[in-house]
Amino acid sequence: MKSRHPTTGKVTRSGAPAARPGSISRREVLQLAGGAATLAAIPTAPATAATTAEQATPAGTLRLVVNGEPRELTLDPRQSLLDVLRETLDLTGTKKGCNQGACGACTVLVNGRRVVSCLTLAAMHDGAEITTIEGLGKEGELHPLQAAFIEHEGMQCGFCTPGQIMSGAACIAEGHAGSPEEISFWMSGNICRCGAYPGIVAAVADAAART
Amino acid sequence: MLPFTLEKATDTSGAIAAAAAGGRYIAGGTTLVDLMREEVEHPERLIDINALPLGGIRMEGGDLVIGALSRMSDVAADENVRRLHPLIAESLLEGASPQLRNMASMGGNLLQRVRCPYFRMLDAACNKRDPGSGCAAIDGLNAGHAILGTSDHCVATHPSDVAVALVALDATMSVRGPGGARSFPVEELFLLPGDTPQLEYRLVPGELIGEIRVPAGPYARNARYLKVRDRASYEFALVSAAAALDIADGVIRSARIACGGVGTLPWRMRECEAALVGATPGRPAFEQAAQPATRGARPLHHNRFKVELLPRTIVRALEMAGEVA
Repeated sequence: MKSRHPTTGKVTRSGAPAARPGSISRREVLQLAGGAATLAAIPTAPATAATTAEQATPAGTLRLVVNGEPRELTLDPRQSLLDVLRETLDLTGTKKGCNQGACGACTVLVNGRRVVSCLTLAAMHDGAEITTIEGLGKEGELHPLQAAFIEHEGMQCGFCTPGQIMSGAACIAEGHAGSPEEISFWMSGNICRCGAYPGIVAAVADAAART
Repeated sequence: MLPFTLEKATDTSGAIAAAAAGGRYIAGGTTLVDLMREEVEHPERLIDINALPLGGIRMEGGDLVIGALSRMSDVAADENVRRLHPLIAESLLEGASPQLRNMASMGGNLLQRVRCPYFRMLDAACNKRDPGSGCAAIDGLNAGHAILGTSDHCVATHPSDVAVALVALDATMSVRGPGGARSFPVEELFLLPGDTPQLEYRLVPGELIGEIRVPAGPYARNARYLKVRDRASYEFALVSAAAALDIADGVIRSARIACGGVGTLPWRMRECEAALVGATPGRPAFEQAAQPATRGARPLHHNRFKVELLPRTIVRALEMAGEVA
């Protein structure tokens, strides 16, 4: 039996994952586990979730150009741009950190400008060009900022890294990477809980100098 | 998130009619989407106003005119804003993060909801969210809350930075609604909580902000926004001060001061301003002028420090504005 997640629009199976023994991916396991954890974390959710699923508003059509590729999607207006990227398009490089616009892990470019994709409804971006971490470099070739993050060890656990790199690329393009102080200020929307900031600032400064 | 319908407004009259019939405007969405996800806000009908012709920044007879749909980042980067009203640019850059400034509209910034943690905590009492339920902040964790303009029903601060600068500079705003168009000072947009903290803005249902108008003034040169907070950037103010001085021949001709982080609305400091007229710019005059700022202050258990921090922030902002720091 399949049902649509009320917020993400993702189709999930309520029973055991179907057939394909041994072929379930790590990603699917994480998706199933993540879904269960989400419900458990919201004490008032059970009644509400059932109601909202039934009352879900009619899906609309959305056209996006994601990493240069035109996509046409049907979606629930409640889906954030982040959820559409991760759950519908399976572009899981963009991370869901706080889901409140406070951490910057979900940073992507919309028409060339950096935004936090968790705080914007996908349905409000019909016709937009979206660039995610998957579309930053070329096939088989890292973007200079990606290479700089490796060189300067701008990460530990790596969870904030896609958001840091997308934000950093925009920071450089905006002309806000002239000094370590300027970089810190203009990268302040991206939180790194490991505290890899010195490496992040060095990577952005290095890539800016080479641009 | 509870279900809702989303409509894209293509003309202003249609948008106003839809909102007057119970629809809710959405522009950048940075406040609203967050609060809808938390189910603090639960509009059933959203009106996307981003396609309406309410953007742009222009000069008009010496006035700076900012369209309500202009994004914070675009206003902060605008050449005329930076040249004529650096206070506005500085206050914008001290607010939010680069990503949020790219998203958030100027109109939405003025209308943003409070950041009191109890407002977004559904199981806590909050008269703003659930009128009559009480105020968990008054006896709760209230270091970030207001000392001015509070009531027994609400002590939340208005969170906007740029609103503080606009109030200091005597900006006005125009709105259009089902009853027609009107203009009024930005300062009059905000309501004191009193015993109806759920009413925050002097707008009637359906009214839509068109533009913000900043009059020409002598404050381009000596104006600064100082924001004191728990970390150096991307944080709401504990105390902030917008200070602007008109100095000629070593004497202050007029001054504008407004503060954030301390009031339930952006707080204009007219007594402090008056005390500066005719004074020589410098710490003695600034310290004396800052004294009336805390008159009538009602500190709470955790925010008593603001009674001391507020005048000090004003003095420092005046020193920065007067370039005597």
